[in-house]
Amino acid sequence: MEHLPEYPSQPASQPGSSKGHVTGLVHSTESFGSVDGPGIRFLIFLQGCPLRCRFCHNPDTWALTSGQALRVSADQLLAQALRYRLYWGKGGGITVSGGEPLLQIDFLVEFFRKAKEAGVHTALDTSGAPFTREEPFYSRFLELMKYVDLVLLDLKMIDPAGHLGLTGRGNDNILDMARLLDELGVPVWIRHVLVPGLTDKETDLREMDAFIRSLANVERVEVLPYHTLGVYKWKELGIPYSLEDVLPPSAEEMEKAGRLLHADR
Amino acid sequence: MMQKTQWNGFEGRLWREEINVRDFIQHNYAPYEGDASFLEGPADSTRLLWNELQKLQKEERAKGGVLDMDTDIVSTITSHGPGYISQALKDQEKVVGLQTDKPLKRAFMPFGGIRMAEEACTTYGYTPDPVLHKFFSEYHTTHNQGVFDTYTPEIKKARHSKIITGLPDTYGRGRIVGDYRRVALYGIDLLIQAKKEDFDHCGYGSMRDDIIRQREELAKQIRALGQMKEMAASYGFDISRPAENAREAVQWLYFGYLAAIKTQNGAAMSVGRISTFLDIYIQRDLAAGILTEREAQELIDHLAMKLRMVKFARIPSYNQLFSGDPVWATLEVAGMGQDGRSMVTKTDYRFLHTLENMGPSPEPNLTVLYSTRLPENFKAYAARISIDTSSIQYENDDVMRPIWGDDYSICCCVSATQTGKEMQFFGARANLAKCLLYAINGGVDERTKEQVGPENRPITSEYLNYDEVMHRFDSMMGWLAGLYVNALNLIQYMHDKYYYESALMALIDTDVRRTFATGIAGFSHVVDSLSAIKYAKVRTIRDEDGIVTDYETIGDFPRYGNDDDRADDIAVWLLKTFMQKIRQHHTYRDSEPTTSILTITSNVVYGKATGSLPDGRKAGEPLSPGANPSYGAEKSGLLASLNSLAKLPYEWALDGISNTQTIHPDALGHSQEERVRNLTSILDGYFFQGAHHLNVNVFGVEKLIDAMEHPEKEEYANFTIRVSGYAVKFISLTREQQLDVIARTCHKTM
Repeated sequence: MEHLPEYPSQPASQPGSSKGHVTGLVHSTESFGSVDGPGIRFLIFLQGCPLRCRFCHNPDTWALTSGQALRVSADQLLAQALRYRLYWGKGGGITVSGGEPLLQIDFLVEFFRKAKEAGVHTALDTSGAPFTREEPFYSRFLELMKYVDLVLLDLKMIDPAGHLGLTGRGNDNILDMARLLDELGVPVWIRHVLVPGLTDKETDLREMDAFIRSLANVERVEVLPYHTLGVYKWKELGIPYSLEDVLPPSAEEMEKAGRLLHADR
Repeated sequence: MMQKTQWNGFEGRLWREEINVRDFIQHNYAPYEGDASFLEGPADSTRLLWNELQKLQKEERAKGGVLDMDTDIVSTITSHGPGYISQALKDQEKVVGLQTDKPLKRAFMPFGGIRMAEEACTTYGYTPDPVLHKFFSEYHTTHNQGVFDTYTPEIKKARHSKIITGLPDTYGRGRIVGDYRRVALYGIDLLIQAKKEDFDHCGYGSMRDDIIRQREELAKQIRALGQMKEMAASYGFDISRPAENAREAVQWLYFGYLAAIKTQNGAAMSVGRISTFLDIYIQRDLAAGILTEREAQELIDHLAMKLRMVKFARIPSYNQLFSGDPVWATLEVAGMGQDGRSMVTKTDYRFLHTLENMGPSPEPNLTVLYSTRLPENFKAYAARISIDTSSIQYENDDVMRPIWGDDYSICCCVSATQTGKEMQFFGARANLAKCLLYAINGGVDERTKEQVGPENRPITSEYLNYDEVMHRFDSMMGWLAGLYVNALNLIQYMHDKYYYESALMALIDTDVRRTFATGIAGFSHVVDSLSAIKYAKVRTIRDEDGIVTDYETIGDFPRYGNDDDRADDIAVWLLKTFMQKIRQHHTYRDSEPTTSILTITSNVVYGKATGSLPDGRKAGEPLSPGANPSYGAEKSGLLASLNSLAKLPYEWALDGISNTQTIHPDALGHSQEERVRNLTSILDGYFFQGAHHLNVNVFGVEKLIDAMEHPEKEEYANFTIRVSGYAVKFISLTREQQLDVIARTCHKTM
């Protein structure tokens, strides 16, 4: 058996290129993912996120640098992922999530380009928050979309003010990105986390549904239940958690939201 | 060439000239590539009988695990008259025959050891007949007596300290699979005729002891065949001739198996690979219009029901090793033929379908012989049954077929054996985790302080040095392997002498190939401990006598179960080294030594007797089961863990490498369709890499906890889970074992 690609052990420093090629800052990986895109997938969580969602279950991925994260080259990461290729069958592949992967777009372009060269199905799990039509990001994004088979787009909230309150940022650019993906014909799965009392208002959901239905590239809509499994991380990081009293949605609430959003599940 | 009217419509020649069931199967079976839509629900008779049986099982549980016992009849093939699930429903039983005269009543089986048989009675409040006590202690030597007459003091010490445990020295060694299909295909008379011919050809020339023994064994086999006819006749069947239809084929085959379980209480009493064989009879009857699909399913359901009823009288210490009252009535489906055709037939579906018609069940121990080339429809069906019932296991046909051919059976939890051509000398396992501690402490037991192993120089440094530990460990393993093989040689000799499996061996070729199955316990802990010594710093903590009783491990180290070659290479080294050491010794009757990484549920008992280890496992905690990575070691997800397992070369552990994984349904996919597809992908990826075995459980920890706290809930009565190499009803485990199962990794990503 070949040896595992071993990560350099020095702590992460600045993002970008140190030795002439782009490296990525990886929070963690998971060999067995089956609910983030089609089939069985290798999951990569990149470090860093511009949003501060109040229900986030991975606040440890927020910081742009972290002593725990690993700096890797695209080749190293791909070699690690490909060790699981035999499990992917016809449907599976690699999903890059975060944090917010678009923060490391140069690395993403290189990684997904190489993954496509290797014939792998690629999925990008993003909130769209870093999206902008400004350069140099915009050209990089257009190139990235050449190598992405599927975008898992997290729509947190459709109401701009609500979005700002929930995540710390507005959503104009996110909705803009969704429309661009439609123009480009990139397949999209919309995902919406249902947080009782926050993201489950009927009017909001109806509005979100109308938006989704205005797009022709959406293959699937998923409603994901808010859960509390990540709350301990907030405590570990010493960040006050504002949703202490919020319980996960009931089956009925999930069912209702699913109906309103015409969700596939 | 033999001709029988019962064979009308069958093709092929060789099987008519000699006893050769494989040849019969290959010439007559019809591979099935379609889906499960043809399957039928339970017949009325199945519902009635299964309800009745469930009542009895409930009563059995209420009575502390045993419904009824014999105390004054020694179980033999003909010791009991006919028995039925219920006298009132007698006519509903399409397959008849019980171990004793009543359902779930446990037989008295003293040939393995009279004390064990008696203790089993007294444990459950029954008084064994004193006449039998006198008989089996004064007039007749039991297997147990023979073994203890000849054990050396060193073996007794090793057994007592539990560096070797689970030795079959008080009960049947099991793991022999009679080719029960022969009874159906040939009928008893032809089988007797063939054995008589063997007998006539055995002993020309010198009467050496091996020849004399062979002649005596053949005589016993022929006698057992005669008794099978007698037993069947008591139920009103004449099995001297071949079976002439599907119902008879199922019944004849079951009578053969019944003779085995009436005479032997081995830890594993497998049924073998019977589905493709039986399908030939069912197909013939369906084509002739004398059987409907519903009736075909009824036959298979009733056979499965009988296999769910097999019970033996056991003692508490046995139940601690093998918890949940298992018998390993292992039954295989699927697999590929040598000619490249799939061996999946409709009857392979029908057997899996018993789990839907009668609900989940630990027995028979349903095993799918998996190949990535199996029909996709069948893979999907098996995956669905796994997800719904957690009652089946998978073994890699693609690694076993090159070694055992395409007509092997699984003779225990996971071990292959060529059906009708081979037998196995089963022999427990050596605790290599304890062996590592002996290497560090110079053969002194870390718990009893007794000198059990050879008085080698102990390690005296404060921090463990990898090279020094490896050197000592290598030498201690050499000692253990020698002692272990010797203990097994004694046991197998005495078993042949005093508890010979006449009924089973009568259905196996006279010129039998024998394997000698050793085993390893504590595998992952040794690997991780060696890795800790190599990649981190391990400080010894000594007691007042200078014995190392604990370890402080400073720093991180790679662990087995993360697809990290640094740890996984140690795992491969450990397996190969132990196997090489076993091979250095003479094995009884020139058998072929093999080994397994398989612990059943004995990992809990082994753990109790094992001190703290450098990998961080504390004294008394359970070892991880089988070849599973240690608790909490799997940090990179399910597939990384599977990749580590897949690196262990099956060729070096021909007795099997057991792996049990629990996957949360939410982690397997959102819809049933997704879950089925994903589970199939996992199996394909894992087995394509040459891995050997996988137990698949699909449920969440929350369900286990609820079942532990509320065993009375109706939904948990048959809640079945896969543990190392077999399945059990969760509520029949001890609380300690339930907690152990709960503690194990459940793969889940959110």
